[in-house]
Amino acid sequence: MKTEVLIIGGGVIGASIAHQLAKYNLDIILVEKASDVCMGTSKANSAMIHSGFNIDGGTLKGKLALAANKVVKQLCQDLDVDLVKPLGSITVGFEESDLEKMKKTMENGIKNGIQGMRLLDQQELHEMEPHLNPEAKYGLFEPETGIINPFEYTVALAENAVINGAKVMLDTEVLDIMIENKTVKGVKTNKGNIEAKVIINAAGLYADKIAAMVEDIDFEIKPRKGQYFLYDKKWGNILTYTIYSAPTKVSKGMIVVPTIDGNILAGSNAEALEDKTDLRTTAEALDQIYTSTISHLFPELPRMGDVITTFTGLRAASSNEDFIIEAAKTVKGMINVAGIQSPGLTSAPAIAVMVEELVRAQNLELDFTPKANYEKGRKAPVMLAELSYDERNALIEKEPAYGEIICRCESISKGEINDAIHRPVPATNMDAIKRRVRAGMGRCQGGFCGPKVLDILSRELNISPLEVTQKGNASFVLAARNKELPLAEGDQKNEKIRI
Amino acid sequence: MEVTKLVCIGCPNGCGLTVEHSGKTIEKISDYGCKIGLEYAKNEFTEPKRIITTTVRVKAGDLPFVPVKTKDPVNKEKIFVVMKEISELEIESPVHVGDVIRSNIAGTGVDLVCTRNIKKVS
Amino acid sequence: MKKLEYDLVVIGGGPAGLAAALEARKNGVKKILICERAPYLGGILQQCIHNGFGLQYFKEELTGPEYASRFIDAVEQSDIDVKLGTMVMEILEDKKIISVNREDGMFEIGTKALILAMGCRERTRGAITIPGSRPAGIMTAGTAQSYVNLEGLIPGKEVVILGSGDIGLIMARRLTLEGVNVKGVIELMPYSTGLIRNKVQCLDDFNIPLLLSHSIVEVHGKDRLEGVTIARVDQKLKPIHGTEQYISCDTLLLSVGLIPENELSSKLGCEIDTVTRGPVVNEKRITNIPWVFACGNVLHVHDLVDNVTQEAEIAGRAAADLINQAAAEVEKDVVIRHDQNIGYVVPQHIDALNNKEKTVKFFLRVKNPDEHVRLVVKDNFDQVLLNLKKTIVEPGTMVTFNLPRELVTKDTSSISISIAREQAE
Ligand SMILES: Cc1cc2nc3c(=O)[nH]c(=O)nc-3n(C[C@H](O)[C@H](O)[C@H](O)COP(=O)(O)OP(=O)(O)OC[C@H]3O[C@@H](n4cnc5c(N)ncnc54)[C@H](O)[C@@H]3O)c2cc1C
Ligand SMILES: Cc1cc2nc3c(=O)[nH]c(=O)nc-3n(C[C@H](O)[C@H](O)[C@H](O)COP(=O)(O)OP(=O)(O)OC[C@H]3O[C@@H](n4cnc5c(N)ncnc54)[C@H](O)[C@@H]3O)c2cc1C
Ligand code: SF4
Repeated sequence: MKTEVLIIGGGVIGASIAHQLAKYNLDIILVEKASDVCMGTSKANSAMIHSGFNIDGGTLKGKLALAANKVVKQLCQDLDVDLVKPLGSITVGFEESDLEKMKKTMENGIKNGIQGMRLLDQQELHEMEPHLNPEAKYGLFEPETGIINPFEYTVALAENAVINGAKVMLDTEVLDIMIENKTVKGVKTNKGNIEAKVIINAAGLYADKIAAMVEDIDFEIKPRKGQYFLYDKKWGNILTYTIYSAPTKVSKGMIVVPTIDGNILAGSNAEALEDKTDLRTTAEALDQIYTSTISHLFPELPRMGDVITTFTGLRAASSNEDFIIEAAKTVKGMINVAGIQSPGLTSAPAIAVMVEELVRAQNLELDFTPKANYEKGRKAPVMLAELSYDERNALIEKEPAYGEIICRCESISKGEINDAIHRPVPATNMDAIKRRVRAGMGRCQGGFCGPKVLDILSRELNISPLEVTQKGNASFVLAARNKELPLAEGDQKNEKIRI
Repeated sequence: MEVTKLVCIGCPNGCGLTVEHSGKTIEKISDYGCKIGLEYAKNEFTEPKRIITTTVRVKAGDLPFVPVKTKDPVNKEKIFVVMKEISELEIESPVHVGDVIRSNIAGTGVDLVCTRNIKKVS
Repeated sequence: MKKLEYDLVVIGGGPAGLAAALEARKNGVKKILICERAPYLGGILQQCIHNGFGLQYFKEELTGPEYASRFIDAVEQSDIDVKLGTMVMEILEDKKIISVNREDGMFEIGTKALILAMGCRERTRGAITIPGSRPAGIMTAGTAQSYVNLEGLIPGKEVVILGSGDIGLIMARRLTLEGVNVKGVIELMPYSTGLIRNKVQCLDDFNIPLLLSHSIVEVHGKDRLEGVTIARVDQKLKPIHGTEQYISCDTLLLSVGLIPENELSSKLGCEIDTVTRGPVVNEKRITNIPWVFACGNVLHVHDLVDNVTQEAEIAGRAAADLINQAAAEVEKDVVIRHDQNIGYVVPQHIDALNNKEKTVKFFLRVKNPDEHVRLVVKDNFDQVLLNLKKTIVEPGTMVTFNLPRELVTKDTSSISISIAREQAE
């Protein structure tokens, strides 16, 4: 297989780059080792479009975040992606010392060009967020922060790239990089070799490993874990703005924020790790997040009960804590995009533009003339819940599957699930469906609709129900058919838990 | 005299039953809440029996399997022998509640019957 | 949008919905519609293929589908309309119901009365936040039940069950019969939350251990579950350090309880009891909205379907009275209170002057297991109305009793129920 541009990694960064480069007459392949795009850090984060009020504007990440803030609204409009911006944030403090820090943060924000920031007195603070702990004394309001659904955003970017001719290869892992005469020649993957003129390394946590396939590198990516609580929609009204707790000794930059879908997200701590696959949540950390932040800010939020799920995100921290976006030093045709921790989701469109410049600077005989029939948008999937009754009826009349409700918690129809399976970037497993249409995201977490979604996947993909996975690879949902397992007879005792 | 304690599975009350016996001969049964319990204690002490409920493959039905039960309890020791024979069965649709699928299943003297209506689909 | 008119609409075609519709029909309601989301009637019973249903109501032991089929047959022989594959999306204040299906699209149903019979759903893992990674192979016992009994598919070969709820116990046996190794059932509390008969016939019969006062502290595995770490818990239910044990398994089933499914009812404005998680009702199962009734598991989680049926019949009769204008407005509201040892009581109100039925049946759950207790019912004059002996009470087993109507007078304004250890005489 052969291409011009090969992008490694289907997170928000790889997808943004594909979207950006697909504007030109370039052959593009994006490879992703997982069975869907947005399965890495891009899926598990705070989902905020940071305005940049609390970032050092002198760093690369500060510059890119501020630049991206100027284009993200138009981009989301083109791609038909939900974005709530401006929404605004409040940093909440309890101590005198918090106030001092807030004043500094405000100065920083002003320096970064954020307008409309102001300090709130206790009364105003509680008028704006009546469910806050009554003991909260200080607030810093900032109007520009937004929220997005990172998954929808990443999928939209990748889908637009596919519509414009790029190819997305899922379940495809880069194992090595081929080099000849100090120039990259392509990649070796589990699905065979792919020749390429330029390789863009957007492998997230693994960007150091990929970069090191080409030359000796002077950076390392260390995972830093953050754990979260996701609350039921019925708590959606407990706050209006994105809430930062003022940094304390035990916790730094914890947030309680609304999500695009109306849930409440709360987290996250920061634990330095070695293992890049450690996505476990731990009782100690969750307890600590709950007591130090969640119940401290919003005493009404419960520890359990309405917690739909808890999850972990891994920050890809580089040694110098800034983004590393540069060409390889000794080999031509290799661009590394590494250390993209927060605010990477925010910065993605600006990162993509910077990558384009770096690719151009490689002088690689690439055709950068704009595509003649370029499509700047994509059609977002039909969401029945967002249509009027008459619109729904028109749709059901054409395709009755839209009248068959599969997920009762989120009212998702069979038609929407069928669509997800046949989109430009298809959903091929249970979680992929769940993320695209929210079937199984509701109160019962797929308890009722799981078996039905599995059945639809097996029919539409023409595979056995036993081959359907939860999230690709060997994550099979089921193990056998009735009557096919050998039966324990007579004395042949199976091993049980010993008491 | 020895005492064996049993728990009745006849209804949700789950009475704790007391069987007083000399060896295998029952002397007295007490603590049962109703006649079912008395009967149960007798059987459970001499020859424990259970109703088996499971499913059987159906051809061209509106469900791939039909739920079934043994019409009467079968000897507990025979449960997996019965299951083995059931695993080999495949029946034609349609079937109705109460239809006998296999009489004298696994030589237990008990019939296996359907517990749900299954329609034929093409 | 298509518009239909009915006298009574029933949401849910499980045992509650079926019995309520039949009883309303028997009491003279003519135009009745049942909306059921699934492609068949019977509700959850269709996946409960085990026996043990109907002992009280039919005086014989039936399986879930058999129990359901008796009501389904009766409905099919009646002139009650049924719409299958039909999901109710919204209930409007002006007695209109918005539903959707393949044939009619979104449509509107006008009605005089509505019976909520949507059943319940299972608690999920997130709701109890087990720490650990997120591999495949973790599902609720009810989901597993649906795979095995309705689709003929087996979730895994080596199974651990978390929670000693009845569905988990039933699934332990069901899977064992299919050749699965069920390694054990882990229960956080010091007592089993399921019925003792299910422990005997589902676990003991197959030598499956039940570990009380244990919890899962971690799940292992990346793609598919590979094992769980269990640990004993102390009296505060916190894991005891040093008691951890690794159990290899490819499947974890959760059987940690059921929650009434009341999204539609809450949106409509039904007052919800924070303990039962179902609507607050009086003895006729009328919610705070006078044309809306509730019965079955949508009201509170029953352990016996026979009780669901009886309750549904009460709601069916009451709805018929409303539609036939045979019922007076609530005349004298009596509030039911209870003491600390009781988790909840249903109904939460009764009408002192409603004397259509001779007795009022109460359902209650205790918070903690106890023995040799007395259940005492008093009115607001501290008059003892009932004083009943109970040998054993457990949170997993519903306590029921009948209060003769004549004991409630027009002066009664509240009734309080308490459960306490018997005093030595
Ligand atoms: C806790 C937390 C909170 C955050 N909150 C915010 C926030 O609110 N706002 C914000 O702007 N940013 C936030 N971020 C940062 C943001 O999430 C990341 O910067 C962004 O998601 C990084 O995207 P990515 O594409 O670089 O990485 P990823 O999403 O990890 O994508 C990398 C992809 O590369 C694939 N890959 C790796 N190796 C290979 C290989 N050999 N072959 C093929 N594919 C490979 C991986 O499978 C993965 O899908 C947060 C991060 C964390 C951890
Ligand atoms: C997994 C599981 C296993 C159980 N096992 C047992 C058992 O072994 N023994 C026992 O006694 N009890 C068991 N129960 C409790 C059992 O639910 C009750 O005994 C009985 O089935 C309750 O009857 P119901 O009619 O209230 O609810 P259900 O049987 O749940 O019926 C509710 C019906 O409403 C429909 N519905 C819901 N929302 C809508 C809507 N918006 N529009 C249209 N239709 C809707 C559903 O599809 C369903 O068919 C179990 C419950 C569950 C969840
Ligand atoms: S003895 Fe009777 S009342 Fe007691 S559990 Fe058995 S069947 Fe129920």
